[in-house]
Amino acid sequence: MPRVLTAVGITKRFNAFTAVADVDFHLDANEAVGIVGPNGAGKTTLLNVLAGSYPPTAGTVTFGGADVSRSNAADRCRLGIARSHQIPRPFGNMTVFENVFVAASMGAGAAREQAYDGSIESLRLCGMLAIANRKAETLGLLDRKRLELARALATGPQILLLDEIGGGLTDAEAAELVTIIRELRGRGIAIVWIEHILHVLLQVVERLVCMDAGRIIAQGVPEEALAHPAVVEAYLGSGVT
Amino acid sequence: MWFDQILQGVLLGGYYALLACGLSFMFGVMRIVNLAHGSIAVLSAFVVLSIAEAFHISPFLALVVALPIMAAAGWLLQVTILERSLRSGSLTPLLSTFGLAVVLDNAMFQKFGANTHSLDIGDLAFASWNVTPDIAIGQLALLTFVVAVALLGGLQLFLSRTPLGRAIRATSEDPDTAELVGIDSRRAYAAAAAIAIATVAIAGTFLAMRATFDPYTGPTQLIFAFEAVVIGGTGSLWGTLIGGIALGVAQNIGSQISPQGFLIAGHAVFFVVLAARFFIAGRDPRTLIRALRRAPA
Repeated sequence: MPRVLTAVGITKRFNAFTAVADVDFHLDANEAVGIVGPNGAGKTTLLNVLAGSYPPTAGTVTFGGADVSRSNAADRCRLGIARSHQIPRPFGNMTVFENVFVAASMGAGAAREQAYDGSIESLRLCGMLAIANRKAETLGLLDRKRLELARALATGPQILLLDEIGGGLTDAEAAELVTIIRELRGRGIAIVWIEHILHVLLQVVERLVCMDAGRIIAQGVPEEALAHPAVVEAYLGSGVT
Repeated sequence: MWFDQILQGVLLGGYYALLACGLSFMFGVMRIVNLAHGSIAVLSAFVVLSIAEAFHISPFLALVVALPIMAAAGWLLQVTILERSLRSGSLTPLLSTFGLAVVLDNAMFQKFGANTHSLDIGDLAFASWNVTPDIAIGQLALLTFVVAVALLGGLQLFLSRTPLGRAIRATSEDPDTAELVGIDSRRAYAAAAAIAIATVAIAGTFLAMRATFDPYTGPTQLIFAFEAVVIGGTGSLWGTLIGGIALGVAQNIGSQISPQGFLIAGHAVFFVVLAARFFIAGRDPRTLIRALRRAPA
């Protein structure tokens, strides 16, 4: 599998606080990687650096062979990196369709007809066609999460960065999202997924990256990564001897 | 006679709506109350006047030349002043545009002096159609009204139907998220500012056609524009048209009641609407209408 995204030596500091410290990360085409770790481990910060929401303090991000470390989120989105928020942020005064359509026409750079088709396809995949004309601010949590997915999808991404998209949902609702996300993988989209709900995450990803205090402490096949002593300690604390 | 006053008030309201268009657009999209709005309108009038005199062309033609210039000025205004101001909270743009108004007014005074000016449009300034022996409709007034409706309607269509319009709306709601769907939010805002200032240029030209102006005309025009925006509901373009008409009608009826009633009546309507807003939740004028309908039941 060709490598699509490579991040080397990523460090992000906010004043004196180091949120991400010298992290190496890579993603192959059509791969699904989960990121887990305690709160404050730097997962979301890493995702933001990959998406271009802010520049890294040090390190480089390479996407599709080109260095994108200095390009902003809008440019990276047009190149093929899409991201969803932990707390959904729909454009509330616009309809569901408009939310997705603006992503299809700006993010995917599609002309009117293609953007229209792309929007319909994204909405269909995420099961939102029936409510396409509702105002986004009237949606409930599950539909808002679906909309985050549909909107990210409409930008025509090669890789999709998901931030706790299962958070706050019931198991049945999370299962619906898993079905959608698996469908996206089937279409050749690589996925990076931060999630606290492990049994949901493990239905999709084949590699797990465990972070703590801004560093990667273990990674690999999910069962092995989770059994790593450093991961056990980060989650459960060290044993009393 | 009352019918005539109301009709003239509606036409005057068209001028106020035209004046308020840029202010309303800027507030609705960028959450900026542009206190330099009136001064920029007067600056546009001077630009159009200078072009018309230099090339001996009609003010309408001069306006066509001035539009891209003012749009570029709007773009510059956004990237140099407003963008920085917006980053430091909602109060800062208020202060920086106030400062800009002072600078513009005095710079224009320095350059053009205290004399009053007007754009020469020949007979159009006085020509009118007699509908009945008692009622005459001024051609310029009607033209102003038509331009106002076309401009507000055009902007509304632009925002809802075009890719750039949708990008501007998305940016207006959440600039960070807009970036994540591929919208360059800085450019979207700059484009919005360019459009807003271009509409101000149109308003400034009509101001200079219908009346005289001098470098310090801006602030009084700002007040009328501001009142039209607030009466109609901030951020709503059609509301601005209604607000402008309400203001114009109130002023004309006020002037019938008392010779000094013209301005007072306008301000009174503004005050009543503002007070009503404080008591009735919601910024949407429809909320107010619904509340009024419910009241008798």
